[in-house]
Amino acid sequence: MFEITSKEKIATKEYEIWVKAPKVASHAKPGQFVVIRTSLNGERIPLTIADFNVEKGEIRLIFQAVGKTTYEMATMKVGDALQDVAGPLGHPSEIKKYGTVMMIGGGVGIAAILPILKELKRAGNKVITILGGRSADLVILKDECEKFSDELLVTTDDGSMGMKGVVTDGMKEIVKRGEKIDQAWSIGPTVMMKFSAYTAKELGIPIFVSLNPIMVDGTGMCGACRVTVGKNIRFACVDGPEFDGYEVNWDELMNRLRQYKDQEKISLENYMARVGDLSWL
Amino acid sequence: MAVIKIPNNKTPIKEQDPKERIHNFGEVVLGYTLEEAVAEANRCLQCVNQPCVAGCPVNIDIPGFILALRNRDLPKSTQILKSYNNLPAVCGRVCPQESQCEGRCTVGKMKDHEPVAIGKLERFVADWEANQGIVNIPEIPSQKLGRVAIIGAGPAGLTAAADLAKMGYEVKIFEALHAAGGVLMYGIPEFRLPKSIVEREVNFIKSLGVEIDTDSIAGRSVTISELKNEFDAIFIGTGAGTPSFMNIPGTNLNGVYSASEFLTRINLMHAYKFPESDTPVRLGKHVVVVGAGNVAMDASRSALRLGAESVKIVYRRSEEEMPARIEEYHHAIEEGIEFHWLTNPIEYIGDDKGNLTAVKCIKMKLGEPDASGRRRPIPIDGSEFIIEADMAIEAIGQTSNKVLLSAFPELKLTPHGYIEADPETGQTSVEGVFAGGDIVTGAATVILAMGAGKKSAKAIDEYIKSKKAVL
Repeated sequence: MFEITSKEKIATKEYEIWVKAPKVASHAKPGQFVVIRTSLNGERIPLTIADFNVEKGEIRLIFQAVGKTTYEMATMKVGDALQDVAGPLGHPSEIKKYGTVMMIGGGVGIAAILPILKELKRAGNKVITILGGRSADLVILKDECEKFSDELLVTTDDGSMGMKGVVTDGMKEIVKRGEKIDQAWSIGPTVMMKFSAYTAKELGIPIFVSLNPIMVDGTGMCGACRVTVGKNIRFACVDGPEFDGYEVNWDELMNRLRQYKDQEKISLENYMARVGDLSWL
Repeated sequence: MAVIKIPNNKTPIKEQDPKERIHNFGEVVLGYTLEEAVAEANRCLQCVNQPCVAGCPVNIDIPGFILALRNRDLPKSTQILKSYNNLPAVCGRVCPQESQCEGRCTVGKMKDHEPVAIGKLERFVADWEANQGIVNIPEIPSQKLGRVAIIGAGPAGLTAAADLAKMGYEVKIFEALHAAGGVLMYGIPEFRLPKSIVEREVNFIKSLGVEIDTDSIAGRSVTISELKNEFDAIFIGTGAGTPSFMNIPGTNLNGVYSASEFLTRINLMHAYKFPESDTPVRLGKHVVVVGAGNVAMDASRSALRLGAESVKIVYRRSEEEMPARIEEYHHAIEEGIEFHWLTNPIEYIGDDKGNLTAVKCIKMKLGEPDASGRRRPIPIDGSEFIIEADMAIEAIGQTSNKVLLSAFPELKLTPHGYIEADPETGQTSVEGVFAGGDIVTGAATVILAMGAGKKSAKAIDEYIKSKKAVL
């Protein structure tokens, strides 16, 4: 069992928890993830390692309540424990000195961008960060990202914070003013990664994306997370999760993410009927 | 010489009615009663040359445990069985006995006679002990001889761990998944091998003092150098768990599964109990399963139990080359699985929503034998046809998992990507590191993996003792 040592609500339906998982904490690197299971009847879901503390043996997980398992996690309290936490999984991000890097985070994907941008800054890069959200309250971890970035730009769909528009508008803006970008990362909702990859290609910027397909084991033994990259089938859990954004078959990925839509709805409805009011999440 | 009259056929065993069992995941074969088991034990000739023992990869004293059973001395029968086999309830159920112990049985060589049902007797004895509620734990030496790390809690790792613990080693198993058992937990379905039985046998191994660290991915949660520092020897039993795909067009359509994923969802994650269990699985109405090994049988019969109206197995060779166990093939036929021999998929066809709607296949013919000695299937031009399907499951084999191997680059691999190891000892190219089971041989059987675990346990014992003697 893996104890939750702290919990904080960081936005509507978005939470940050620290979990005791010493083996994960002592081996984790930016870009990696864990697979968790809440209880004995639980499913296995992947979550990015947003931060880790080797001394305390703890890892930081940030999640949005979108379905049964994440709703259940959101109701867990400090002192409760996750049934399973396995990791660190996936390849770490390729950290080196690129020159100027552009970090694009959207929604809960901002949590995945943070550990990478921190390391890139430490490796001597100039870091320009673009955070996007539908509205101001969904732009999480803004202060932390700002602390490790040379420049931070926020875009919101409704203009409630920063520039009105989407992250690709921000990308174009930065290039337009003459900034030369050596490498970009985009992590967020699939549709955002897709369009930031298209935009990066237009702008001639190499871009990594961190794919979020359905996973079961997370160790390469089932192929649930398979994606087409270039002409090849790759397993995101062991070959990724980061890939060259130009090469990903986005429509196929989005289609595969819808595979269990009906059952996911049934599962959440059953759960809500059982636990009662969750409007406070 | 007195002529002993032996019944020609095995004592019949009760099974769930096919019409009933296709609606549940309960065990198909219900097992012998004591009287039936004794009757079957009486068919054994107690041969002096014991050909059955030579057919068993762990060389169980088969006539010995059968004799004790015949004498109704079940504690003794159990004790004999368990001194050779750490997972008898599992092996009695899933071993391909027809090509092992029972394939060599003298009774089976007699005209019109079936061999003694050794597997069913093994299962009976193991279940008898468990039903007593008290499992005898052998005495374990208290003075520890050394520490051994086992990577992977499948049949090879569990066997090596149990044998080493009995010898007096401190053993820790590192298992990536949340449950121990490997393929016994995620691969083989409940209707062939109830998970409560796997848990029971895993608990027996824990009772020997073996520590099992789940959620522990060697190479990731613990590094190879950490293992080398903390342990006197390492045994790798990580299996062949990476699914192969045919890579034909449409492989990534919704509704196309690897058998590994489909079976993991059902067996390990209990998706057949959804939504009581959180993991979903697609409920196909018309299912095509590709391949004809045991995994294909398991996947097709599972799909049927989830409510499929039709399940078709397509296999590029013919019935004669089918690698599945004969018992499971018969069970599949009884349950209404359709077999399409000499048929190979060439494309998955989907609708505009990305869902599978049909599998395009081609008819095959058999040509000359290939390197494996089996006749090579050749497509027949112009014979393409369509099978309507909303779900397809590929069960065409697995290869080695690269997660551990990529973290351990100094290990020498075979041209097929498996670990190069001495077949007698499991010794790899790295001193103090042993390997066995599917990670060495490629996907094979549970009992072969256990045999390899046993041999390595012995070799590890010798290695550690000789090393400590030098110091």
